Amino acid sequence: MDILPWLTEPLQYGFLTRALLVTLAAAVVSAVLSCWLILMGWSLMGDAVSHAVLPGVALAYIVGIPFSIGAFIFGAGAVALIGAVRATTKLKPDTVIGVVFTALFAAGLAIVSSTPAQVDLMHILFGNVLGVTSSELWQVLILGAVTLAVVLFKRRDLTLLAFDRTHAHVIGLNTRFLSALLLGLLALSVVVGLQAVGIILVVAMLITPGATAFLLTRSFDHMLVLAVGITVAAAVAGVYASYYLDISTGAAVVLSQSLVFTAVYLFARPNGLLWQQRRRRIRRRRTAAAPPPPTRAASSTTAAAPLGKS
Amino acid sequence: MSLPAPARDSAPAAALHVTDLTVTYNEVPALDAVDLTLDSGLICGLIGVNGSGKSTLFKTLMGLVEPQAGSIALFGMPHRQARRSGLVAYMPQAEDVDWNFPVSVNDVVAMGRYGHLGATRRLRQADHAAVGAALEKVGLESLRKRQIGELSGGQRKRAFIARSIAQEAQLLLLDEPFAGVDRSSEATMTVLLKELRDEGRSVLVSTHNLAGIPELCDTAVLLHQRVLAHGTPADVLTSENLARAFGTMGSDN
Ligand SMILES: Nc1ncnc2c1ncn2[C@@H]1O[C@H](COP(=O)(O)OP(=O)(O)OP(=O)(O)O)[C@@H](O)[C@H]1O
Ligand SMILES: [Mg+2]
Repeated sequence: MDILPWLTEPLQYGFLTRALLVTLAAAVVSAVLSCWLILMGWSLMGDAVSHAVLPGVALAYIVGIPFSIGAFIFGAGAVALIGAVRATTKLKPDTVIGVVFTALFAAGLAIVSSTPAQVDLMHILFGNVLGVTSSELWQVLILGAVTLAVVLFKRRDLTLLAFDRTHAHVIGLNTRFLSALLLGLLALSVVVGLQAVGIILVVAMLITPGATAFLLTRSFDHMLVLAVGITVAAAVAGVYASYYLDISTGAAVVLSQSLVFTAVYLFARPNGLLWQQRRRRIRRRRTAAAPPPPTRAASSTTAAAPLGKS
Repeated sequence: MSLPAPARDSAPAAALHVTDLTVTYNEVPALDAVDLTLDSGLICGLIGVNGSGKSTLFKTLMGLVEPQAGSIALFGMPHRQARRSGLVAYMPQAEDVDWNFPVSVNDVVAMGRYGHLGATRRLRQADHAAVGAALEKVGLESLRKRQIGELSGGQRKRAFIARSIAQEAQLLLLDEPFAGVDRSSEATMTVLLKELRDEGRSVLVSTHNLAGIPELCDTAVLLHQRVLAHGTPADVLTSENLARAFGTMGSDN
């Protein structure tokens, strides 16, 4: 079987080419951002922002403005609201995040359900990458490029913020600005990912790539490269799988990312689960096979028996 | 024994000058009208019972806690300006650091240079040299490629000291650096801190290890919301003072 026609066949459809481009843009942007988000411990924040954009998207469709404007306003608004409530109460962060994003998500559902059928809830929730228009494609590409440029320009400051916020403050960096910047970029990348996989699954794009890369390396730069590489491959595989197996594109893309994560979790050297177990087995066999230490008989009678225990 | 070190051109006499500093958390006073002046080029030990306000003093000096009253001058400047000039360094407590973070020892030390760099924090030749020299000084040259969590407890502390050396900080704030560190690592760090002192840097270090103070410190401050005593270790560590500071332990909550 010839592989080339198999690969090019879907691309003769304009909508599939656009779908591939949108998915790739979303994959690259969210993969890069996910590296910082998981190190900041902001995975839940990604979930919150993605749900909180629902009213923004619904209102944008109703009013007839580009969806990304509505989504960004509500995404950034949710972040600001969470920050304000946290600063003025002693509630734990995840509690505040939970209260705010569910409220906004419910508001979004209420708006969608009270308007005539012009807003397709399923498309917002689960993505409609096969129906992307070329103006939407441009929105995604431009926003993606801006997000990526800012993140890479400030990447060393953001890494310092994630690693040691106090040091950043002590050497005179504006840590509040940097946090706000990272949250703004988070909101932007949610907007970028929305078209590809929808509100519900966009958080997967913001967590799984970084998590997968984290398991593979102990260097941040390698982590960035690996996250992008893995995610691009998974995105392409997902789009083709959705074409040939006739499954939802968003689901296929996220599933292929999850499959890579699972494979890395199980098989990656040296820290994959199977290698860990193998090492444990070998160690156990070695201890069992080793000849009993000469002092064993004597030491087993005493309370402290370091040799006999090993 | 300890003559005041000659003041450097860049640093006016007092590394730290605090007057009437008052900090309260929800109406509970943590610092109450603290007056404190530290000459530069000295190591000062900060001692006091748990809850006496040591960490609060550090946080206030760094501008992380807003005082209700009083003023702070570091090398004659407001703390904000001193921080921007890269004069202040802080060593995080071990439990505040994410040891699984994917950064190398070299990366951590390089973060000391960031205040001196342009917007993208790209290291130049001279910065790489400063990082290398700092690593060499603390004896971690051969471990520079290791991930930060792959160091022992004592080596981790030295990595953060190297970061403040690379930063060329003039005031080092160390909050309980000897907690969980064994005798020999403590001795290594004592030597290192005294070398930095001899180069003209000032060190404020809180510790619960009273026995180590005469060896490490030029001056000592006994804190209990207020400054109970301040002077040479011999003057401060009298049994009478210690009874005043530590004997009140049961009655303060
Ligand atoms: N964030 C906070 N909110 C409320 N009270 C606080 C806070 N941090 C400290 N305190 C209180 O302020 C007082 C001084 O605390 P601080 O942490 O400065 O003491 P410390 O001298 O560093 O103690 P330790 O030796 O245990 O580290 C204590 O009574 C403490 O309970
Ligand atoms: Mg403390």
